[in-house]
Amino acid sequence: MTTTTAPAPAAENRTPSPARKQAGRKALLHWIAVHSLGVAAALFFVLPFVFVFLTSLMSDQQALTRDLTPNSWHWDNYVKVFQVEGFLTWWRNSLLYAGLGTVLVVVSSIPVAYALAKFRFRGRHLSLLLVISMMMLPPQVIIIPMYLFWAKQLDLSGTLWPLIIPMAFGDAFAIFLLRQFLLTIPNEYVEAARIDGCGEFRTLIRIVLPMAKPGVAAVALFQFFYSWNDYFGPQIYASENPGAWTLSYGLESFKGAHHTDWNLTMAATVLVMAPVILVFFFAQKAFVEGVTLTGVKG
Amino acid sequence: MSTDTLPAKAAAAPAAASPGGRNTLRSKRRRNALRTLAFMSPWLIGFGFFFAYPLVSTLYFSFMRYDGLNPPTWRGVENWTYVFSDLPKFWPAMQNTLWLAVVMVSCRVVFGLGIGMLITKIKTGAGIFRTLFYLPYLAPPVAATLAFVFLLNPGTGPVNSLLEAVGIPAPSWFNDADWAKPALTVLAVWGVGDLMVIFMAALLDVPKEQYEAAELDGVSAWQRFRYVTLPNISPIVLFAVVTGIIGAMQYYTQPIVAAKVASGVMGGSGATFQPGYPDDSTLTLPQLVYSLGFSQFNYGAACVVALVLFAFSMAFTALLMRRRGGLIGSGD
Repeated sequence: MTTTTAPAPAAENRTPSPARKQAGRKALLHWIAVHSLGVAAALFFVLPFVFVFLTSLMSDQQALTRDLTPNSWHWDNYVKVFQVEGFLTWWRNSLLYAGLGTVLVVVSSIPVAYALAKFRFRGRHLSLLLVISMMMLPPQVIIIPMYLFWAKQLDLSGTLWPLIIPMAFGDAFAIFLLRQFLLTIPNEYVEAARIDGCGEFRTLIRIVLPMAKPGVAAVALFQFFYSWNDYFGPQIYASENPGAWTLSYGLESFKGAHHTDWNLTMAATVLVMAPVILVFFFAQKAFVEGVTLTGVKG
Repeated sequence: MSTDTLPAKAAAAPAAASPGGRNTLRSKRRRNALRTLAFMSPWLIGFGFFFAYPLVSTLYFSFMRYDGLNPPTWRGVENWTYVFSDLPKFWPAMQNTLWLAVVMVSCRVVFGLGIGMLITKIKTGAGIFRTLFYLPYLAPPVAATLAFVFLLNPGTGPVNSLLEAVGIPAPSWFNDADWAKPALTVLAVWGVGDLMVIFMAALLDVPKEQYEAAELDGVSAWQRFRYVTLPNISPIVLFAVVTGIIGAMQYYTQPIVAAKVASGVMGGSGATFQPGYPDDSTLTLPQLVYSLGFSQFNYGAACVVALVLFAFSMAFTALLMRRRGGLIGSGD
């Protein structure tokens, strides 16, 4: 709030022509109004993070009081979280699910997206409509047969494989997002490569993919975050075996195992949020581009 | 809808002249078809196995009595009549889902548009503001929900401390049946960063000349919004509303985690936990599918609810496709 009042003295400068002065004052008031609103909104978005972080540094007792800031800073809470049984396993599982899943989705979705964007074939529009339908389908609609298949037929419940294996067969959202991106690459490049006798697969690998790097990055990020954040999947397939829990799923039980320890729970919460936010800072552009591409451009 | 690939078309002209051309054309077509098939194959398998088969299977199980242990037996429409007339939790779940689709989605769209407009007006430190507004969207849902249950905790949460400090009577949020859904709405509005980005891009695309013309006519700020901004961004507003509703049909993680943590009923398996706390006020259709199927092992009834969910989301997907065909892009 101090930032908004800082430029105010500038208005005191008595400068020429009353009309211009009035316009200048109007602009200044507008600046102040907009930035005050901005600061108020920023507080709404940032304060939850701040309170979570501050609570994560409190002592066990203080976390149960109404205090907003810690009396003494318990950085060792973060060490304690890692000592909680299972926490490291959940990290490993989350990284496996998110990492392996992302690689599989990217590799399997690229050729499909390329075909939908650059080939003309009978049923192309229908295929695209079906991809979009699949993208919009709530996972709960098909969960009963899927669960019965993976758990009863293949006996894979208690593992993350029922979540990872399907990713080798393309993901509807990744296909859609990549296709939207590939549409923005001019057909002339593809046609030129074809005329030069370049095979379709080589055209994709050598010509199109290097140009599509930002799109691939956006898809990889979205997929990584999806798996990292997924709660429903691990709940269905891994709930019976704590050794297969992911961070997102384990985090909720964390509060249960450590009933009153809001400080440790908040420290664990910070640790689950941290990788996502770190990755975002390194890949901000790709991420924002991905959001825009699915929402606005055609 | 052209059936040929681009090179095949080029070959079509000489084909008529030379007798051998027809064969070349046909083999070229076959080769192209095989190539398309090869490129599409991961998804063709995925579509069949993870969409078509389970969907048909869900329909099949909706007519069966099945508990996962005994072999399924034919039950006709009994599951359907059970869900619609005898299952006490069905209508609360339906009402909650509709409430969320209407209130949560409209709050998110209005707030997202407001923040989107604000960010286009901010001149100093726009990048920092945009990042701060966007960050909550990235917070993992379980972590964000846990944080909000703590922040809105009636006893020790900082929000109620602040509210009471300024003399506003503080509600019990996730522990009060009347306030649990508004609390979830606050959480959803906090994560409005995706809509902000979409609206921001749309607002920057509004032609400047239209604002200049409006300025010459001396219109008020509201009129400028109503007659220039809104008509230009209405397709994006519609997109945000429809995708928001489709999202509401899948709304699962936040309510179930909030209910579990706020009620204090824990444990990983979820078998003992009945979602919807307090008093079914946060029970949604996806959670009902889960609890019917995986707590009560009534797969038949769970499949009926799943199909209701399917009907809703496909109806809105169809609406989205109809009204925003441009979203897909022709690809030509």
